[in-house]
Amino acid sequence: MIRSIGMTVALLLLPAVALAGGDGQRLLQERCSGCHNLTGPAPQTLAELWARKGPDLFYAGNKYRPEWVEQWLQAPRRIRPAGMYYGNHIKPGPDGDIIDERSLPEHPRLGAEDARAVTRALMQLKWGSHLITPGAYKPGRISLSMGELMFDKFRGCLACHEIEPGYGGRSGPEVYTVARRLQADYLISYMRNPQAWDPRIFMPNKHLKERDLQKFVHYFRALSEEDFQ
Amino acid sequence: MTPRRGWWRAGAFGAALAAATMAGPSSAAERAEDLYKTYCWQCHGMKGDGNGINVRDMSVQPRDHTDARAMSARTDEELFTAIKKGGQAINKSVLMPPWDGVLSDEEIHSLVRYLRELCQCRHGG
Ligand code: HEC
Ligand code: HEC
Ligand code: HEC
Repeated sequence: MIRSIGMTVALLLLPAVALAGGDGQRLLQERCSGCHNLTGPAPQTLAELWARKGPDLFYAGNKYRPEWVEQWLQAPRRIRPAGMYYGNHIKPGPDGDIIDERSLPEHPRLGAEDARAVTRALMQLKWGSHLITPGAYKPGRISLSMGELMFDKFRGCLACHEIEPGYGGRSGPEVYTVARRLQADYLISYMRNPQAWDPRIFMPNKHLKERDLQKFVHYFRALSEEDFQ
Repeated sequence: MTPRRGWWRAGAFGAALAAATMAGPSSAAERAEDLYKTYCWQCHGMKGDGNGINVRDMSVQPRDHTDARAMSARTDEELFTAIKKGGQAINKSVLMPPWDGVLSDEEIHSLVRYLRELCQCRHGG
């Protein structure tokens, strides 16, 4: 924690001129590799999982929508209400565990040019192509109410994910923005088997049927049209 | 399950077993604690009492694993099945997830033993 604050401060003090020119690879090494794994593999032990400071980016090119990455890096906002490994950011309260907001770091913010260069470099990182079937997701629609019924009552996903700001579980990333953030074919692959991407992650494999995988992506797309911020 | 209860109460054997579980820093026990922190705290809470960060909007509250009465109503096999296959496998809520995709049988057995430490109880008392 102390170290990451120290690092953020050091990064903020770097003269802006040193970063101009936007060599994405170099920016990634200099400003991002301290918190993000750019080479793999994902954590294999619980100790490694707990020590992870930011999401793994060595498969960014198979995971993110580049237009979202570029925007987010210029105006980052929280995605995981309790941080990376939630256990590092909670404490006991009078009525149960609470999130220690002060322990959650602010994300470094990039200028437009650096964001574009970094995004281009990130999209080259393509581990995991063997887990992705291009075109696996077949666009379709589902009503918000049917989607919510599946996500909550039938499959129990709401326990860990928020479907609107302030509603749902908090140990996983919010899903009301997930269709804007991630590629549809990645969503299908990840939900089918989260441990194929991240062997020790604390999202369970719910053994979803092919049909349900598709419907969940329909649902995330419908949620993202609600334009929650 | 009376034979089982008898088995647990069987003096010498039971005592030897208790000694074995309590003896020294057994690496199996430590491991179970780490697994519980990683996978179970999010709902069952840091104290194991069912008050994790996820409970706010859950329609069924997670089991209080320190509740000796409720936990002693379960056999070790039922606990194992609930963890491996999820709540629905023991006719409980879908909100209790199946962990077979990430935990080995050995790890799940160690978690069952850890739950028995949390509740300070055995099946049937
Ligand atoms: C101090 C540590 C730290 C540094 C330095 C850092 N990040 Fe992050 N990054 C994080 C954390 C923590 C998150 C998760 C934020 C959340 O979920 O709210 C994150 C999230 C992201 C995401 C979204 C990923 C996702 O799956 O949600 C991207 C993209 C990203 N960072 C890129 C970068 C880039 C590019 C740099 C370098 C310019 C960088 N980060 C520097 C800690 C860091
Ligand atoms: C026990 C908590 C838990 C449950 C239950 C759960 N998830 Fe997750 N989910 C997570 C965690 C943790 C992550 C990954 C966080 C990360 O990569 O940092 C995740 C990631 C995801 C992602 C990728 C999101 C992203 O931003 O990277 C999707 C999509 C998703 N889950 C959908 C589902 C669906 C659908 C269900 C129900 C079938 C479900 N989840 C049930 C905890 C959970
Ligand atoms: C997404 C939230 C969630 C997570 C994560 C979770 N549980 Fe649960 N668990 C529940 C809920 C909710 C119940 C209560 C189900 C009911 O009463 O219908 C429950 C019930 C149980 C039961 C059944 C108790 C009984 O006698 O009825 C056991 C055993 C259990 N959990 C163990 C675990 C273990 C071990 C872990 C970690 C590997 C874990 N749970 C992770 C939500 C969760």
